[in-house]
Amino acid sequence: MKLTERLERIDRRVIFLIIFLAVAGPLIMPIGLKIEVSEPVQIFYDAVNDLLPGSRVLVSADYDPASMPEVYPMNEALVHHLFSKDIQIIGLGLWPQGIPLNQAAMERAAQVHGKEYGKDFVNLGYKAGGIVVISALAENILQTFPADYAGRPIAELEIMKGVRNLDNIDLIVSLSAGDPGVREWIMIAQGRYRKRVSGGVTAVSAPAFYPYLNAGQLKGLIGGMKGAAEYEKLVERSGTASRGMDAQSIAHGVIIFFIVIANVFYLIGRRSRK
Amino acid sequence: MAGTIGTWFAALLTLFILSFLYRDNPFYKFAEYLFVGVSAAYWAVYNYYNILRPNLILPLFFHGQLVNIIPLVLGIMMIMRLAPKIGWISRWPLAFIVGTYSGYYLITYLQSNALDQVQATLMSFIEISAWREFFARPGLIAFLDAISVPLIIVGVVTGIIYFFFSREHKGVFGGFARIGIWFLMVAFGASFGYTIMARISLLIGRLFFLLHDWLRII
Repeated sequence: MKLTERLERIDRRVIFLIIFLAVAGPLIMPIGLKIEVSEPVQIFYDAVNDLLPGSRVLVSADYDPASMPEVYPMNEALVHHLFSKDIQIIGLGLWPQGIPLNQAAMERAAQVHGKEYGKDFVNLGYKAGGIVVISALAENILQTFPADYAGRPIAELEIMKGVRNLDNIDLIVSLSAGDPGVREWIMIAQGRYRKRVSGGVTAVSAPAFYPYLNAGQLKGLIGGMKGAAEYEKLVERSGTASRGMDAQSIAHGVIIFFIVIANVFYLIGRRSRK
Repeated sequence: MAGTIGTWFAALLTLFILSFLYRDNPFYKFAEYLFVGVSAAYWAVYNYYNILRPNLILPLFFHGQLVNIIPLVLGIMMIMRLAPKIGWISRWPLAFIVGTYSGYYLITYLQSNALDQVQATLMSFIEISAWREFFARPGLIAFLDAISVPLIIVGVVTGIIYFFFSREHKGVFGGFARIGIWFLMVAFGASFGYTIMARISLLIGRLFFLLHDWLRII
């Protein structure tokens, strides 16, 4: 049997094994490949960094545990960045499973920066409805979320004093793994009410948001684990995304090698069959 | 102790699911069925406590807000779908949902996905500042920045031409359509690349959990 034929019939489990080694190897023995910051992530960082101390940022956790490896590092880096600049965080979610994840990220960061629940950050919880919820927030936040995620009345919390609707929010950040998510925030909060919206999304959905970024509808975009690693670099905080970048780069190299080799041997095989 | 048991359980379930890469087996089946069962139970409980109870049961039965009878009736009508003979009743609440969302989406979608996007393409064909930057500091990135605006405009126009099917794609028109295909191919390629990146990220997430949280070797 020729080499080309042998390669065409290779057991796919061999490919799986090579990919496994390409990912596990750099995790065990990091190489320390350089992380370059892309423009969309830089714009995101600038949008947050330009806020004054005491500003309010609404962080919408529109993701779930399935997308945690990509989105949670963004969530962690973002809340650290916000707390380090003394910016107040109003958390909520259009996905129910994003609420405890955002809460965990905020609590961890709050311990590091000495922040207090109800004064420096709050988690309003989840509300079903997607775009309807965003429209309601634009009208009245307290009526839309009368209580926080644990059932405490938010009107009594210090952080909510002077907050009526989205007019009192300086930046909206949606960390999203699908719909409802960044798209809905752009459609309603940016499109209808002209609020500043930034987004962090999974790599699968990132290409769909570049037109919004290009049109200025989105103030920065973090795409996937790579984007999260770039943001971690900007906020000078090495997290799980940065640690995964070596593995990501090596795995991509292996996949590119496979694609090139497969096409070369396919063309050779096709020519010899003719 | 509970955390350790949880980590071990999660690690074993991860390995059970990954074992499918070798071939289908009872361990994979067990993990799959467990996931389906737990998910169904989780969503049932979550929907009750986060949607039904605060939005319908409490306002209607405990706070006397009678207007909530309307969503209650619509909800019951929706459940009629389960009975084949009277399943047609569920079309009414469905029609209500479709109508409401269509009306709601139409204007906002048009604004953010059509008007604002079209407006963003109404730009100067030659971006002088980008070309100045290129001549001051020549390089590939600076060059790509300089030609990005013409590329966007050509990509939008030729992409639209490709999807114009009322005229045969021949001659000059066909040439533009072919250029449009190239732009579409690049877009699909970028999308495919990002998809691979996402899948590898998920694998990294699982392996990081196994090596860091479970085995503690990194």
